[in-house]
Amino acid sequence: MTTKMINLTIDGKKVSVPEGTTLLEAAKQEHVKIPTLCYHQDLCIAGNCRVCVVEVEGWRVLPAACATPAMEDMVVYTNSPLVRRARKDVLALLVSEHSTQCTTCYRSMNCELQELAAEYNIDNEIYINLLKDKNFTIDKSSWAIEKDESKCIRCQRCVRTCAELQKVNALDVIRKGADMKIATFFDTVMSDVVCTNCGQCINRCPTGALTERRYIDEIWEALGDPEKHVVVQTAPAVRVALGEMLGYEPGHRVTGKMAAALKHLGFDSVLDTDFTADLTIMEEGHELIDRLKRKLVDGEDIALPMFTSCSPGWIKFIEHNYPDYLEHISTCKSPQQMFGALAKTYYAEKKKIDPKKMVSVSVMPCSAKKYEAKRIEMNDSGLQDVDMVMTTRELGHMIRQSGIDFKKIKEAKFDKFMGESSGAAVIFGATGGVMEAALRTAYEVVTGREIPFNGLNVEPVRGMEGVREASVKLENVLPDFSFLEGVELKVAIAHGLTNAAQVMDNLVIGESPYHFVEIMACPGGCIGGGGQPIPTNEEIRKARTKAIYTEDEKMTIRKSHENPEVIQLYKEFLGKPLGHKSHELLHTKYTRRERV
Amino acid sequence: MAKQKLKRVDLIFSQECSCKDIIAEALKKPKEEIVKDLIDSGLKGRGGAGFPTGLKWKMAMKEKGNKKYVICNADEGEPGTFKDREILDRVATKVLGGMALAAYVVGAREGFIYLRHEYRFLIPKLEMVLERFHEWMEEFDLDFKVNLFIGGGAYVCGEETSLIESMEGKRGEPRNKPPYPTNQGYLDKPTVVNNVETLVYALMIMRIGAEKFKSMGFEGSTGSKLFSVSGDTPIAGIYELELGMTLDEFVQDFGDGDAKAVQVGGASGFCVPRKRFAETHIGYQGGLKGFSLPTGGSMMIFNSSRSMYNVLHNYLEFFEEESCGQCTPCRVGCQQLLKGIEAVKRGEKSQKYLNDLLRLAETMKLTAKCGLGQSVGNSFSSIVENFREEMIY
Repeated sequence: MTTKMINLTIDGKKVSVPEGTTLLEAAKQEHVKIPTLCYHQDLCIAGNCRVCVVEVEGWRVLPAACATPAMEDMVVYTNSPLVRRARKDVLALLVSEHSTQCTTCYRSMNCELQELAAEYNIDNEIYINLLKDKNFTIDKSSWAIEKDESKCIRCQRCVRTCAELQKVNALDVIRKGADMKIATFFDTVMSDVVCTNCGQCINRCPTGALTERRYIDEIWEALGDPEKHVVVQTAPAVRVALGEMLGYEPGHRVTGKMAAALKHLGFDSVLDTDFTADLTIMEEGHELIDRLKRKLVDGEDIALPMFTSCSPGWIKFIEHNYPDYLEHISTCKSPQQMFGALAKTYYAEKKKIDPKKMVSVSVMPCSAKKYEAKRIEMNDSGLQDVDMVMTTRELGHMIRQSGIDFKKIKEAKFDKFMGESSGAAVIFGATGGVMEAALRTAYEVVTGREIPFNGLNVEPVRGMEGVREASVKLENVLPDFSFLEGVELKVAIAHGLTNAAQVMDNLVIGESPYHFVEIMACPGGCIGGGGQPIPTNEEIRKARTKAIYTEDEKMTIRKSHENPEVIQLYKEFLGKPLGHKSHELLHTKYTRRERV
Repeated sequence: MAKQKLKRVDLIFSQECSCKDIIAEALKKPKEEIVKDLIDSGLKGRGGAGFPTGLKWKMAMKEKGNKKYVICNADEGEPGTFKDREILDRVATKVLGGMALAAYVVGAREGFIYLRHEYRFLIPKLEMVLERFHEWMEEFDLDFKVNLFIGGGAYVCGEETSLIESMEGKRGEPRNKPPYPTNQGYLDKPTVVNNVETLVYALMIMRIGAEKFKSMGFEGSTGSKLFSVSGDTPIAGIYELELGMTLDEFVQDFGDGDAKAVQVGGASGFCVPRKRFAETHIGYQGGLKGFSLPTGGSMMIFNSSRSMYNVLHNYLEFFEEESCGQCTPCRVGCQQLLKGIEAVKRGEKSQKYLNDLLRLAETMKLTAKCGLGQSVGNSFSSIVENFREEMIY
């Protein structure tokens, strides 16, 4: 069926667009940018900020371009005096309700309201400042997300993100009229609600109303303290997005520059979360094989499918929403927390550092990691395993503050011990990456052969489809794994919590045929994490994903079990996967949580 | 009252014929003929917006699909309007008759009366009427059932898409239009939403005929309408009058002899000062000379003892609270208008600031998402422009 074309005139130019195209999209096609605030490519149309209004001949009012479909013979003006005046007024109204202390705002220079207000020369003094009479608060109760009502413009992008992309519904609209605001259930503090800390709301907030809880000052302080040994680990997805904070286009890999910059900032050891990603594969892969054995050979009532546990947003989501299914989650800690537990034990021992004087910092594409590090379980080294978690954005700010010319800095390598990694670890940053890494290792452990995909690229698990499934048949297995002979290993991958919920709902009704499921809380996986540079959209997430897979292909070691430092770690310290020490340091448990 | 110049009409409340018979007769007609009659009659929505009723039904009729809905909008919330309550109290069967007609025409099997929360005292009575009505429907072999839906109390839910949202269990907030309810309404199905009074007229037009209806009023503003008369009048109440009268005529009949302004159409309507009474007609734009003002029926008369600043302040307080808060122009605009006139009154802002506020009111009219925000400027501009000195001193 061919789509019907609609003919209309935009700013005097004849335009033809497919039926259903909005005026905003039609104008974009003509290279006319109509300003927007409540509009976001990832979300459904709201049409509530009214900044995108346009003039249509014969219409009594100025419709919102984002919410109005192109109609036959429409004559549209996107920049008439009436339109400009209306937009200016709407922006001035938003500014009158907004804390305009831009000089001290974390989102300054990366704020859509600030940008438009400047573009339209908004006079701050026209309307009466409405903030004075409102008792707006800054909610700093959460370990991950700060919510500042005085900067909220009620665009409801966060509300739509929380509902549509994440099915969490922690944020919603309350009250009406002048008192209307975005809040949690019964306006409870953020720390006490179903929020998963995923930070997707932060990524879509046009202003500084939602930001991550920041540790920049504390980290600078630790770096300046000669008594402290500051260790830093960087997650795989950071290296393909950090560049966006520092003048590069999305999809530019800055691994070497990042390592160099971290050393310049004064970190005593610049290490890599990728190392523990490889370790996670070793532990989680063996856990899966162990679960299969206990099920198939011993006939135990073992929970399958097994779910990945790397994504702390996902963990809190399942704890709140499907608390009866916690046994399905791998007991493996996330790479960040494995790293933390090892840094203050294995690494400290090896480097002869007093773990009490060690400050363990991580750079994550994630806001939920801030919460994860503070979970009471995460103290297996005897101290808090990871002391401070910063986002990719915070690192970007620190690098800017340091004065380094990031584009000119000479690339460096990660430090030794816990700095080595494989390509399999790098792809943890993209949806499907953990699954692919696990398959590369598990298949080889079980059959003694490399996984039969071209160049080790397990294409079926890659992509941006919300829920994906794949299967691998295990044949001619090694004698130790004879119970797996002929088994078709069924796996699934979901990213974004709405998709995760779909997988869970199938499990609840008994229709989950899988053995192993990878779930990432954020759309696109960690590359689209809540701590990544703003803005985000599908195009940007795809560029970062592409960079992740390129990074993998450029690595000499592509399989986790071949990471020499991991092999050394088992030899020197852990013994074997799922061994006694592993259980003590690398595995964890989960908590049932209420919905309210 | 000594002088009574305006002719009283008695269609809505008249009991001179059996409602059941009118429905029975009407249901014998082909659907197209009913629509044609309605269009010929010139009946426009009596809730205040004035959309041609026949056209609305025709649009819903043309929609494909076997699930359609008819909703009676009884969320009468406009300040100064109290006619729907009286209709539902006294002649609810006529309302249901109108709904049956609409259901028959568009092909709906289910209907709702969206009843204002404050009118829930009517529930027992309405339930009784409904029971009888459903028996009639069986008798007429029309598969149509009407349920009551009680609103939550928000003014904005009188706006049809907000009303639908609230029926779906969501926040009562207006939707983006298009699509319109006749195309995608309740549960995204084609839906006719009509005001209580409109439904009664639709039924009565079947009884008296389009010609007779059209003979009342003026071209473009045909027929009669219920008016809720309040304020400085010795005879506050509900009156059915022909459309097209001038405010002069109205005030002579209903005023206390000292009327300085009439607020036509409630808080979201227009304020007309005495000097404009003669040239202002009540009706829809088009056929009338001079100014013509539509109204959902609210007619508030103010005499010279009233402060128009206080009147406006009262309206703005109402809007500041009753805006759903969704769109910027309405949420923030209402606050600015209210705070703005306060600041001028207190001398914190110069009187020139009123011009900025008038401009803002104009922007709100142009950019707000729904009728609520678009009409705040009506009362604001008409009061500020006509009683500017009262705003300042």
